[in-house]
Amino acid sequence: MPAVFTHEFNTPVYKGKVSFNTGLFINGQFVDGSDGTTIDVINPTDGKVTTSISEGTQKDVDLAVDAAEKAFETTWGLNCPGNKRGLLLSKLASLMEEHADELAALEALDNGKAFNAARGKDVPGAIACIRYFAGWADKISGRVIETTEERFTYTRHEPIGVVGQIIPWNFPLLMFTWKIAPALATGNTVVLKPSEFTPLTAIRMCHLAKEAGFPPGILNVVTGYGNTVGSAISSHMRIHKVAFTGSTLVGRKIMEAAAKSNLKNVTLELGGKSPNIIFNDADLEQAVHWAMLGIFLNQGQSCLAGSRIFVQEGIYDEFLKRFTDKSRSIKVGDPFAPDTFQGPQVSKIQYDRIMGYIDSGKKDGARIHIGGERHGSEGYFIQPTIFLDTHPDMRIVKEEIFGPVSVVIKFKDEEDIVRQANDTVYGLAAAVFTKDVNRAITTAHKLKAGTVWVNCYGLSNPNVPFGGYKQSGIGREMGEYALANYTEVKAVNVNLGLKIMSN
Amino acid sequence: MDQTARITIPATGQIVEIPTGLFINNEFVSSVDSQERIQVVNPATEDIICSVVAGSEKDIDAAVAAARAAFSTTWGKNVTGFERSRLLNKLADLIERDSQVLAEIESLNNGKPVRIARDFDIGDSIQCLRYYAGWADKIVGQTIEVNNKTKIAFTRHEPIGVCGQIIPWNYPINMWAWKVAPALACGCTIVMKPSELTPLTALVLSKLIAEAGFPPGVVNTIPSLGPVGGAALSRHMDVDKVAFTGSTTTGRKIMEAAAKSNLKKACHTREVSLELGGKSPHIIFESADLDQAANWACLGILYNTGQDCTAGSRLYVQDTIYDKFLHLLVEKAKQLVIGDGFDEKSGGGPVVSKAQYDKVWSYIESGKSQGAELVLGGKKRPGKGYFVDPTIFTNVTRDMRIVQDEIFGPVLSVGRFKTEQEAIALANDTSYGLGAGLHSADASQCMRVSSALEAGTVWVNQYNILGNNVPFGGKKQSGIGRELGSYALEEYTEVKAVHWNFGEQAEWPL
Repeated sequence: MPAVFTHEFNTPVYKGKVSFNTGLFINGQFVDGSDGTTIDVINPTDGKVTTSISEGTQKDVDLAVDAAEKAFETTWGLNCPGNKRGLLLSKLASLMEEHADELAALEALDNGKAFNAARGKDVPGAIACIRYFAGWADKISGRVIETTEERFTYTRHEPIGVVGQIIPWNFPLLMFTWKIAPALATGNTVVLKPSEFTPLTAIRMCHLAKEAGFPPGILNVVTGYGNTVGSAISSHMRIHKVAFTGSTLVGRKIMEAAAKSNLKNVTLELGGKSPNIIFNDADLEQAVHWAMLGIFLNQGQSCLAGSRIFVQEGIYDEFLKRFTDKSRSIKVGDPFAPDTFQGPQVSKIQYDRIMGYIDSGKKDGARIHIGGERHGSEGYFIQPTIFLDTHPDMRIVKEEIFGPVSVVIKFKDEEDIVRQANDTVYGLAAAVFTKDVNRAITTAHKLKAGTVWVNCYGLSNPNVPFGGYKQSGIGREMGEYALANYTEVKAVNVNLGLKIMSN
Repeated sequence: MDQTARITIPATGQIVEIPTGLFINNEFVSSVDSQERIQVVNPATEDIICSVVAGSEKDIDAAVAAARAAFSTTWGKNVTGFERSRLLNKLADLIERDSQVLAEIESLNNGKPVRIARDFDIGDSIQCLRYYAGWADKIVGQTIEVNNKTKIAFTRHEPIGVCGQIIPWNYPINMWAWKVAPALACGCTIVMKPSELTPLTALVLSKLIAEAGFPPGVVNTIPSLGPVGGAALSRHMDVDKVAFTGSTTTGRKIMEAAAKSNLKKACHTREVSLELGGKSPHIIFESADLDQAANWACLGILYNTGQDCTAGSRLYVQDTIYDKFLHLLVEKAKQLVIGDGFDEKSGGGPVVSKAQYDKVWSYIESGKSQGAELVLGGKKRPGKGYFVDPTIFTNVTRDMRIVQDEIFGPVLSVGRFKTEQEAIALANDTSYGLGAGLHSADASQCMRVSSALEAGTVWVNQYNILGNNVPFGGKKQSGIGRELGSYALEEYTEVKAVHWNFGEQAEWPL
């Protein structure tokens, strides 16, 4: 029997009790993993075990695919009209609203982000995403295309079938909804693997989905490790599409597995080393504020982090002074303290990786301006860190650190800055700060990034597409564009009277 | 002055409260300058249910001012698509909550059976609101490549502004939803004039608008006589768009008034006939599933007691199956129970008013006097209530009034044809083009004929079934524009093209 996770929250920002089954969610039931094993869920605030959840295996993925296939052929797919699919998604969003505090608390406990951040951003963003795609469910239209009067030619945008989805640990609930919302709205059934580091909100969402009335098998969640469950999904012969958000390294493996198995359709949301370009004529105070959010939000654990901050030399000194002051004043601490801005990194592995990058920066000769050390003595906390005097070849400038570590680079030449900004294998996001609107637009158009922010950073909405150029990914999530990831186009040609000659 | 009527629902004994004032800025108020009232009649009993305030031209002015103020401050571009979506969904939830009582009031005022009002009219209306709630945050323009070195061009699909909406009496709640939902989704504000015959549910729905949380002035409701309120809206200089469903005659007047005033956008679909009218053809080919086709044919002319703009009022049956089909049709038509809306057995109610009753009967008499053969109906019922029983004429000819004019009652004209070409010619022989239907098991024939029929909606092997996501509207004199589907968004948005230069220097002098 799968375990029941019970926890009493008694914190300044949230008091409440949770209790829910933490099995795999397959065919509408919470079940043990096939091997009967479990995975410990660690609280990054203190390194202690929060609970254990069931561990899925390749066999469990097979069972989930069976259930998803059956649901697709009977209660879902085009057997369920769009407006009904939309209604179920709306119900799920309403349930999330009812349990918003609880979801935020689980997220903070599991991931380490501040409760206030989870409650203020992650949870509302997740709900908005579900509501947005609920609205698309009955609006998936094909085209009627004129060819000749003797033919009736049209397209259908059909659901793909069983889709596999693998999500990361940095925004667990938000990423969960970004994946399931467009997939379910378009009529697909889902086998989803949350990160083994942060499974709790995903499991709680399964309970809510069941309560909302989704018939069994439409949404299946198999918790487990990447190299077992994740790999089983990406190489499964009966999964015809896989969507992944995570590191570029793992993204490659998934694409390879897809190619080697059944050439399943792949969309990837991967890493970034996004440039934040601040020109002399920027509104300085605003630029500092956005730059700070750009790199330190979510403990720096964001694919779109503005981790390379380019500051034009005319304002460099003043920018650095203000940016440093702001960064120094960041409250690092317990996610459940009311004034915490930055919590711990998500895991020991991540903590070690980030500290490793900081070391490499020092060894390569970069200068630590502030930070660079562990914060406190318990949990995976790292001080907000600023590196100066870097060189483009340094690892801390080229590679994604995924922590609260910023690199500030002075630039002079306006002509050259775009080249510097684009000098990366990544292309997820970028930002430009300037009051000169012409410069803003021309620079934005030259940056090779899927999202460019002008005079802001990090804003996202469910109706605006998001995704990467180059090695930051394939495909776009959010907005109408997401629907293309989850539909197959069928062209139907009906002959109305064309007769061919027989000889 | 208390603007509420307390009405007892006869069948249940329950008392419901109905607001009877004008709804402006989320409040029910008296008329600015008039003491006139509209008497609201129950068509099943001919009794007066209650009276409501009859809005004057000055009341329309007040409502338009409220709508304009809201558009400039709390609505229009000042509210996000996400918020509009949320409010529309909330409204749908409230209507769902109150669907039984709304159905009962609709039945009392319009005559249609309670269960049909609840399950179909109101059910569809709830879905319509949810459908457009889903569009509210998806109104997008285009970015357009002109010259990458010098400029960007893009379009914004902006809300048109203050919309006058004038709706008919045959589907009061459903027509209200069809108008309100897309307009609000796009960010427009509304001055709604419901039909003077059936104002009650529009007033109750206005209460729900306030309860849902729409800011004051976003929706305003002014029951009024057509020539007063409707005319005032269509010639108002501060109304940006008028949307109308009703008769072609009135539609012409509205378009004229729009042209003469501020060239407001006018869009109308015709419903009620006075002299000219819509007359949708329904064709039965020999390969059709006759039993099913007969069911659809009955639905086509008898649903809503024939008071439907797309009523399949001209039936054309292929020679080879004529006798067999006619027999089926008459037997099935006899099965419909037309009676009191609160009787669960009723599949149809009375026609909506004395005026309509008299009109329908005058057509039935003209059919008899012009020599058509009556195979069903044609006898008035004794007693109270504007009940008209299913009536079928055969042996009709083209020039008969019952073939030319829209009757808007449960009166069917049946003709015959030999070839497909003949059927198409008969079907298209009308100045209207709202709906058409055909029944055939031959797929190629279905495609050919549906292509040839001059109508905004063609049904193949069914009739009269609409979807909120499928556009609806008329060709020829049946209307301008489309409601429902994504197409309705075009009716409530205005395209602005923005040319943003960032690299081109103007040369001067030329």
